Amino acid sequence: MFLFLGLFFTVNAQKYMTKNGYIGFFSHTPAEDIKADNNQVASVIDASSGEIVFQVLIKSFHFPKTLMEEHFNENYMESDKFPKASFKGKITNLASVDFKKNGTNEVIVEGDLTIRDATKRMTAKGTIEIVTGGLNANTKFIISPEDFNIKIPSVVRENIAKAIEVTVSMKYAPI
Amino acid sequence: MKRLYFSFLLFLSPFFIYGQEDLMDLLDKESKPEINYTTATFKSTRIMNGHSIERMPPGQLDFRISHRFGRINSGAYELFGLDQANIHFGLEYGIFNWLMVGIGRGTYEKTYDGFAKFTIVRQSTGEKVMPVSVSFFSSVAVNSLKWSDPERTNYFSSRLSYVSQVLVARKFNQSLSFQIMPSYVHRNLVETELDPNDLWSIGAGGRIKLSKRISFNAEYYYVATSTTYQGQQVYDPLSIGFDIETGGHVFQLIFTNSVAMIEKGFIGETTGSWGKGDIHFGFNISRVFNLK
Repeated sequence: MFLFLGLFFTVNAQKYMTKNGYIGFFSHTPAEDIKADNNQVASVIDASSGEIVFQVLIKSFHFPKTLMEEHFNENYMESDKFPKASFKGKITNLASVDFKKNGTNEVIVEGDLTIRDATKRMTAKGTIEIVTGGLNANTKFIISPEDFNIKIPSVVRENIAKAIEVTVSMKYAPI
Repeated sequence: MKRLYFSFLLFLSPFFIYGQEDLMDLLDKESKPEINYTTATFKSTRIMNGHSIERMPPGQLDFRISHRFGRINSGAYELFGLDQANIHFGLEYGIFNWLMVGIGRGTYEKTYDGFAKFTIVRQSTGEKVMPVSVSFFSSVAVNSLKWSDPERTNYFSSRLSYVSQVLVARKFNQSLSFQIMPSYVHRNLVETELDPNDLWSIGAGGRIKLSKRISFNAEYYYVATSTTYQGQQVYDPLSIGFDIETGGHVFQLIFTNSVAMIEKGFIGETTGSWGKGDIHFGFNISRVFNLK
């Protein structure tokens, strides 16, 4: 009986979650650098299956310029219509990650990124660092506004990059 | 044995499916209901001439230049009013996320003005539902014209006039916003006995977005107590025009029967009539700087 309970516990402990992870993006053009930060990203990793999901509230992206933030929500992301972005994927090299041992592991994550109801298959390289009492995940990848039907008018075409760098930095705790 | 193993897997399979689905569900369950404040009810702090409920966010400085040309019906000799220009400059700043202040100077009666606008209630959905946004606007204007009668004892206070407005707005959807604004104007000294010191008025304005960056705006004030200004008949101010947004700028193109670009002036002292073609073309340019 105890053995059974113990088993149940370990199965449960294989999931890790955070509600205040970080996702930021950076757009560089000769005309302007645009940067936004979101510290309210929710995510879960299932260590047993390698599954990983993210939920990102678009309105939680904050810009140094408030007006830019308003335009981001109103004109580009239409965040009243599409409040959330999400990612649902899998660690493809799960076998090479030892969740029992502290240390940094290179991982490849593949999955579907959904922004504004447009879904794109993505692959990104990142790291999962096993630490005492949780794990940290970091990655960087490039997305393009075009892939998610974000229309950029000609007057600001010089100011918004075609390739936008996304930085993800998460600190998970077991659940 | 093989069969047993297989049925065991079959037995487990629903759990696996459940296990896969529930990662997203887990997050959904964890996400707290939030208060979703309505933003961008209007593109600018002005609907046309008058203020909208929008306010500069903290640390943002808005430099505004507004122009009203002469009357369109003044004919080709005046190039339909373009030969004359009335200007209003303004510097406006957001202090808190509920307070903005501004100062300005206009050609019309060489007037200096200062105002404060307070956000009282914000339209929201979600955890807290609020159907409208409410702001309070208060301004003072100083007419700096030479005294009309330098012989008599003139007091500085005679130059002053005050405006108070309650702005109530609702963003019905992405493209349609509407606002009403009960307004009170007090003028310390008026030129003739026929000009009332106190003016009561109610305004209504709105916008319809034509595209993401262009909207059609209109604004009208019904003035209950005013009939003349310095012997000239006054009319209710009506303005129509467009907001055009380009990055950090908002351009407003405007057709209006008033020359003044501050409340005190256009509410009580609009002597142009749309019916007679006393229409002024003009524009407001807003450039926002981040001082944070």
